[in-house]
Amino acid sequence: MREASAPDQEAMGWTGALRRYLARRLPLENLLPERQPYYVGSWVYVFGVITIAALVWTILSGVVLAFFGPQWWHVSGVGRFFNSLHFWSVQLFFVFMVLHLWGQYFAAAWRDGRAPTWMIGAVIFLVSILAAFTGYLVQENFDSQWIAVNAKDAVNSAGIGSFFNVLNFGQMYGLHVMLVPVAVTILVTVHIVQVRMRGVVEPLEQRKESAR
Amino acid sequence: MSTDSTTGYRASVPTVTYDLVKELALALVGTLALVLLLSLVLSSPDVAPVTIQSWAQKQPVDFVTTAVAELAGNSTSADYGPPYNDGSGSVQRIGFFSPQAWAGVHEPVDSAQDFVLQPLERAAAGNPELSESLSAYRGAAEKQRQGWLEAYGKALKDAKVEDGRVVVADGDYGPLPIMMRHLLEIARAGGLDGYLLASGHFYQTDYTRPLLFLGDGSYLASLAEDQHLLGNQWGMMNETGNYPGQSWLWLYTLWYQVPPYNGAANADLLVVLTMAVLSLGLVLVPFIPVVKDIPRWLPVYRLIWRSHHAGGGPQS
Repeated sequence: MREASAPDQEAMGWTGALRRYLARRLPLENLLPERQPYYVGSWVYVFGVITIAALVWTILSGVVLAFFGPQWWHVSGVGRFFNSLHFWSVQLFFVFMVLHLWGQYFAAAWRDGRAPTWMIGAVIFLVSILAAFTGYLVQENFDSQWIAVNAKDAVNSAGIGSFFNVLNFGQMYGLHVMLVPVAVTILVTVHIVQVRMRGVVEPLEQRKESAR
Repeated sequence: MSTDSTTGYRASVPTVTYDLVKELALALVGTLALVLLLSLVLSSPDVAPVTIQSWAQKQPVDFVTTAVAELAGNSTSADYGPPYNDGSGSVQRIGFFSPQAWAGVHEPVDSAQDFVLQPLERAAAGNPELSESLSAYRGAAEKQRQGWLEAYGKALKDAKVEDGRVVVADGDYGPLPIMMRHLLEIARAGGLDGYLLASGHFYQTDYTRPLLFLGDGSYLASLAEDQHLLGNQWGMMNETGNYPGQSWLWLYTLWYQVPPYNGAANADLLVVLTMAVLSLGLVLVPFIPVVKDIPRWLPVYRLIWRSHHAGGGPQS
């Protein structure tokens, strides 16, 4: 048995290798730094954190709605209020996310090895659209009926309708409350870790070189 | 904030104190306050869904006309194609490229059987008049049935509604008037909503059949038009009432408003492919010439890092 105070470099086995890898790639001083480059004072950086905040309230209000079932908010005043929280959280989430996306685009935030961060962020945007789309399909009201009847033609035209049936409430509900939110949450976590590992991009200078 | 230098990726630039956790906490509080305010003041949209019952009660002629089209095989669903059946009316392709046709039938739907005949057979138990009409319909030759359906379909264009019943001019319609009278009565009582969901299992969450049947009529679309939800009204990004909808679908919806998409029979496939290419482009922005250079050409970055570009160094 190893001594608890043994140097970490001596950690043995897969567990030790994984710990050394994480300590090397994800040091806490980078994950939770107390200091930032001076240019982080720009207002553009706020869009990212308020997007995360809106996502948190979207998930929490969605958890309450999922707990009481899909019909609850149609017959309960409290349920309607939580649906409103969910609805407006989603609206704000997308507004903030689009502002964040445009901000990062005009900052050419993919520079200096940050392309994977941009790519994961773009995938989050696309998966979030799927999350919202399945949400609109499971509202159990006229809007969800109409969206389903119309969207089926686009989905079917691409051959996707054979396994993604927008008219099947059960399938859309499962995707909306479980699989797609989990995907968004994991991708956002990866995105945040990417940002923290490489730090925010430096100011774009008036140089002739490409914004690579 | 004091400037200093430190380790890691921040080693080469001056740094300032910055409390990320405090920033997140403030963002959570501020966003919650905004969400609460919007929810309390504006609530959220919830227009009640259409039922087969409400359709049959409010527009019985449209309901019966749709049911006859299902029997005649000329409704949208009856000739839709994959994934519902082997029809071709809604199959989209670009030349030989047709993923819809390649995917095949995975959600089998027989409009005549599923929407009309099977519900009537279930309702015929203990109803000799309906049983005899169904037997006569099934026993007739295909040409005879199509003759009845065509004649009845034409007569429905001048149909009147009397005491909740659809009345047409006298003609040779075979057993159709009796069948449609019973189907309308079942629907108006709410029974057809249940029959269309019956699958032989106790639990059911698949609304493919009732939604396809509703979509074949004109009632659902007329309500959608009132709510500015039609495709030519930018419907996919709209919401009932005056609430914001899926505004993030604006680009997807835009294509349906402009040539050549808006006049194309395969518009859905064209739009889906266009958006797939553009979505891939969004992910690959860092590698696309010109697109990745635009931020350097436009002076927006001078607004983003205004203090840096004004002073050329750390912000105070």
